[in-house]
Amino acid sequence: MSAATPTASATAHTDEHYLSMDLLRFTTAGSVDDGKSTLIGRLLYDSKAIFEDTLENLERVTEQRGEDNLNLALLTDGLRAEREQGITIDVAYRYFATPKRKFIIADTPGHIQYTRNMVTGASTANLAIILIDARKGVIEQTCRHSFIASLLGIPHVVVAVNKMDLVDFSEARFNEIVAQFSEFASRLNIPDIKFIPISALHGDNVVDKSDRTPWYQGGALLYTLETVYIGSDHNHVDPRFSIQTVIRPNNDAHHDFRGFAGRVAGGVFKPGDDIVSLPSGLPAKIKSIHGPEGELAEAFAPMSVAITLDREIDSSRGDLFAKLNNQPVVTQDIEAMICWFSPKPLNPAGKYILRHTTRETKCALKAVRYKVDINTLRKQTEDVSVGMNDIGRIHVRTATPLMIDPYKRNRTTGSFILIDEFTNATVGAGMILWPDGGDRAPTDQFADMGGL
Amino acid sequence: MSSYNLTHLAQLEHEAIFVLREVAAQFERPALLFSGGKDSIVMARLAQKAFAPARIPFPLVHIDTGHNFSEAIEYRDWFAQDIGARLVVRYVEDSIKAGRCQEEKGPNPSRNGLQTITLLDTIEEFKFDACLGGARRDEEKARAKERFFSHRDEFGQWDPKNQRPELWNLFNGRKNLGEHFRVFPLSNWTEMDVWQYIAREKLRIPSIYFSHTRRVVNRNGVLLAESPYITLLEGENYEERVVRYRTVGDSTCTGAVESPAATLAEVIQEVASARVTERGTRADDKRSESAMEDRKKAGYF
Ligand SMILES: Nc1nc2c(ncn2[C@@H]2O[C@H](COP(=O)(O)OP(=O)(O)OP(=O)(O)O)[C@@H](O)[C@H]2O)c(=O)[nH]1
Ligand SMILES: [Mg+2]
Repeated sequence: MSAATPTASATAHTDEHYLSMDLLRFTTAGSVDDGKSTLIGRLLYDSKAIFEDTLENLERVTEQRGEDNLNLALLTDGLRAEREQGITIDVAYRYFATPKRKFIIADTPGHIQYTRNMVTGASTANLAIILIDARKGVIEQTCRHSFIASLLGIPHVVVAVNKMDLVDFSEARFNEIVAQFSEFASRLNIPDIKFIPISALHGDNVVDKSDRTPWYQGGALLYTLETVYIGSDHNHVDPRFSIQTVIRPNNDAHHDFRGFAGRVAGGVFKPGDDIVSLPSGLPAKIKSIHGPEGELAEAFAPMSVAITLDREIDSSRGDLFAKLNNQPVVTQDIEAMICWFSPKPLNPAGKYILRHTTRETKCALKAVRYKVDINTLRKQTEDVSVGMNDIGRIHVRTATPLMIDPYKRNRTTGSFILIDEFTNATVGAGMILWPDGGDRAPTDQFADMGGL
Repeated sequence: MSSYNLTHLAQLEHEAIFVLREVAAQFERPALLFSGGKDSIVMARLAQKAFAPARIPFPLVHIDTGHNFSEAIEYRDWFAQDIGARLVVRYVEDSIKAGRCQEEKGPNPSRNGLQTITLLDTIEEFKFDACLGGARRDEEKARAKERFFSHRDEFGQWDPKNQRPELWNLFNGRKNLGEHFRVFPLSNWTEMDVWQYIAREKLRIPSIYFSHTRRVVNRNGVLLAESPYITLLEGENYEERVVRYRTVGDSTCTGAVESPAATLAEVIQEVASARVTERGTRADDKRSESAMEDRKKAGYF
């Protein structure tokens, strides 16, 4: 047997610091060519997070392309089609760590045609860097991405005013854009917005503070990324647990074991807790909770565990455990904001498959309440045709009940996707408003926010 | 509230287990692609945890090029037996004999690309509808673009320009007849995370990951192990070097790195200060700028 077992001393050497570092997931956003990929490249390059062979490759390819500056965007634009066209098509994930933090970066495309990929990258982020080309200022795609970031409930936004080298690092121009964006963002729900003047191409205020912006008092971008407060973005108040699968070993050692496997979506569960299985409403007591490292005294989001109960109840995939005194809404009617991805427009009389937590059900569209005018965030109630990249508010009725919370209370029990029955493509992403968002004054002219 | 925090390694572990369970729930006939390499060992460990105390509810599948390192093959067989899993092995050799594909020519004929054909045939044979792979996004620029649930058409092809959106943790595994999915539970893990996890879990790994003496030939900067499948070119010699492997694939295209790292702690130290990428030792990626993307489009792992 030619395998080696690590010695005890090897494990003792395991880097405690590395293991205890926290994690920030962030995404880039903004219009095409605003410099998102260049910025990520610059961030990695200046923080020395690029391996030598990758760098050599980059230098070689840059030269082959006949470009003068090292093309940092190629670090994330890895597909052949992306390199040919010089644009990002699909989200690229990059990983890096500084002594302070670990980062998962999603570099997303700015092109409107690939908005679905931007949403993919942004849906799991705690922070978004929205880039704005200093020459162009706030444009429609800036608004669309900012609105999506707000809908998704991304709590932190850094607005990076880029290509400052092309406007002579002008303080006046920077302030103009800050004012422009702030005006637009006043209608969004983004609790924390910071502005930084940068040049992704030349590295100003990316990793190191630039001496070309003496008028700027704040820190460089990396400093912000390393210090922004990341409380958990999980809900630890309302206990929610969706069953993925039931574990039944059927062997002698464990012949009575029946574990409900799933991921905690909210709150805290402990052995002895009185739970209720929904939608049936059957009560039970938690006997034990099994995590990846053995039995647990408590489980919280986003832990993957298996729960055993004190009695046999009929529960299976798609059902949800909550506590007797804290339950989600069980309903077949949902009010939600929807972000549409398919070239085939949303069919107002259409049937779709809806996937919510671990539950899949057919659903029928009952109404399109309005479509959002991306530039003004106003509700459009006359033309409610929702096409690709549009955002609107809908009412759907599902074939079986769902256990829901508003998205702003719980990202997991408050979100769903719509799937085309015939192509199986994911055609829309939904953020649930109801019951909280449903009682907005009908005169309110601005769009609802699914997020925070 | 602040006590409800998980370290990043724990977050990755819980995420991977969630993905593995989704695969068991959403598919009828999943398989776990197991090579005996470190990533697939970690993935298999996570699968054990995901379904404990029951057994892993799908077989381990290995596509054997016939040019694999014997240490990895021995490990593979030991591991499957140790955890009581069903092991399916299919051979590139058989695909060649059956005329399904042709051996490459030249001094460095690699069966790495040919694996795709054997893999797709195996998927067809067992009607696998989801194949779990240990690939990580940090490995390579085309992999950086992968979804967790990656759709493959009826020809096993990946269409990177038209991937399904993947929102939050809602994985859409719906497909039409003949199509299948590749699923990557370790998507967000880095090489360092994998090593840290091996240390935390005290996992056994094949000995070639640790420093040893081996006869190798330096070909275009890649240290290839002595084997009957390599023809020495003029001016080339085998020489003894103290090496280890950072990644374990087909022996004709996986290079060794010179290293004195003989314990896990030393390997972790080495990974922490590494200045070239893990796949820098892979001759298969050096073939062209988009070698990986092209292979993946065709149905490679
Ligand atoms: N002068 C100047 N040019 C920049 C700067 N940042 C980016 N660019 C250039 O702007 C162009 C587009 O940059 P990318 O990084 O590819 O833009 P992107 O936002 O990633 O574009 P998409 O991903 O396609 O939406 C490239 O030619 C960059 O060199 C900057 O700070 N100054
Ligand atoms: Mg880009």
